[in-house]
Amino acid sequence: MSFEVLDPGMLTQVQDMGRLGYQHIGVTTGGPMDEHAFLWANRLLNNPLNAPQLEITFGRLSLLAHSDTSIALTGADLGARLNDRPIEPWQTYEISKGDRLSFSMPVAGLRAYLAVSGGLDIPARLGSAATVTREQLGGLDGTGAKLAKGDRIPLAPPSAVAKASVPYSEIPDYRKPLRVGVIPGYQYQHFPRSARARFFTSEYQVSQNIDRMGYRLSGEAIHGDLDGIISEGIAYGAIQIPTDGQPIVLMKDRQTIGGYPKIGSLSALGAGQLAQRAPGASVSFYLSDVADAEARRMIFNHRLRQGAPGTTG
Amino acid sequence: MRIEGINESTCIVYFGDTICDETAGRVKQATDNIRAALSDVITDLVPSYTSVMVCYDLERIDRFGIHTRLRQALEGGATGTQDDAQAQTLELPVYYGPEVALDLKDVCEFSGLSPDEVIRIHSEQTYRVYAIGFSPGFAFLGSTDQRIAMPRKSTPRLKVPVGSVGIAGAQTAIYPSATPGGWQIVGRTPSKMVDWDSESLALAQIGDRIKFRSIDREEFISLGGQFDEL
Repeated sequence: MSFEVLDPGMLTQVQDMGRLGYQHIGVTTGGPMDEHAFLWANRLLNNPLNAPQLEITFGRLSLLAHSDTSIALTGADLGARLNDRPIEPWQTYEISKGDRLSFSMPVAGLRAYLAVSGGLDIPARLGSAATVTREQLGGLDGTGAKLAKGDRIPLAPPSAVAKASVPYSEIPDYRKPLRVGVIPGYQYQHFPRSARARFFTSEYQVSQNIDRMGYRLSGEAIHGDLDGIISEGIAYGAIQIPTDGQPIVLMKDRQTIGGYPKIGSLSALGAGQLAQRAPGASVSFYLSDVADAEARRMIFNHRLRQGAPGTTG
Repeated sequence: MRIEGINESTCIVYFGDTICDETAGRVKQATDNIRAALSDVITDLVPSYTSVMVCYDLERIDRFGIHTRLRQALEGGATGTQDDAQAQTLELPVYYGPEVALDLKDVCEFSGLSPDEVIRIHSEQTYRVYAIGFSPGFAFLGSTDQRIAMPRKSTPRLKVPVGSVGIAGAQTAIYPSATPGGWQIVGRTPSKMVDWDSESLALAQIGDRIKFRSIDREEFISLGGQFDEL
């Protein structure tokens, strides 16, 4: 049971929820850039929520199915086609042996998630299948490689899956300008009032410098009274302000510790929405707090548990 | 001690504002205490020079619960004294020869010392592991003798060979994998700093002491040292 990679596209990686429990020895977590989309894909198929999937960045991936199974597609609309039929994200599809699944270019969003019934059958490296290329960990053969032409992706045995789709209210519009909550923290107090005001009232753009480690934004420069700090742990979604004043949001493949001042952090769900934005997209920030981020995550977790028509508890 | 929230599943505990042995000892002890007392709710712990970042599972504990449990786990303890007795001292063989000590000449120029003196100063000291990060198993050691505390290179190397021993100001470190880096390279260890197939994974842990033992070319080769990594 496998999918064969006919064309790996720009960047396609195996991801699960990440490599937890090794940050104290400098091993980053990896994991899906957009947890919302990743978790819904597994949920639609009644998979374990941590089951390995493919994270397809930008598109141009082409796969050939060597067995019958069911898939769920969530996240970005990358112009997916099943054989010659265009298919939409946020629902499940039946796949038959010999089917071709291909992706062209981003229509909305940047990263699509492809889950397979039962999950991809990938051996864990340090407890996770998450691909972190820089650390040479995870992925198909455990060495952190992204997918390559000719790879065979092993699949777990599929279960019977009913047709299911994510409730309309849970489908984000990635084309909208992003307005996202920032939880003040870390060195927030070291940014003067005027700098904070500028940060929360300016519109930033996603720059060309975006990858799985960080999203560099461009716009009004922010300056605090610190050039550097004693290196400390960096949370997923933390916002570094380097000396040039242009914010960098730290993403899933971030280094575990770092010495740049940080003005605060996004929530994981907020960072996931940012991860769907391409260069040029507009981003603005509002003042949030841990309580708000916690409440939103609890609501998300609850809706995910409730599932969708077609899923089981 | 100060506990601050970061996001819905992360908070950070600060133990001081300066890099020193006492704070490092409290960080080490707090890390052990938290790991022992909160293993049911934490997903990751990220100790560093003066702080411990705590990642927790929001499905199991919320922002109030984690603060309370952290306080309970850290109250009274964390004096930083016991730790000295428990810490292990690792002796790492280092070859300081010209084939691998890519920047030893520069360090000699910087310090006005001979290669032998730089090597003696670098290897006669016992260092403490203050933090691990940058890349898996990359241990930041302190503190380098002031005479050889040369700052980072102005242009980092694109690829520093595996096992390289470097100096950056008051810090010294070993590159566990070939990565870009700007530290002044003065030698190379044949020891494997990370091994994902071993039980310990990373040779150095926070709080450990490390001492370098100067070895000759022959011993470097017999211990599996490599020259051809560039």
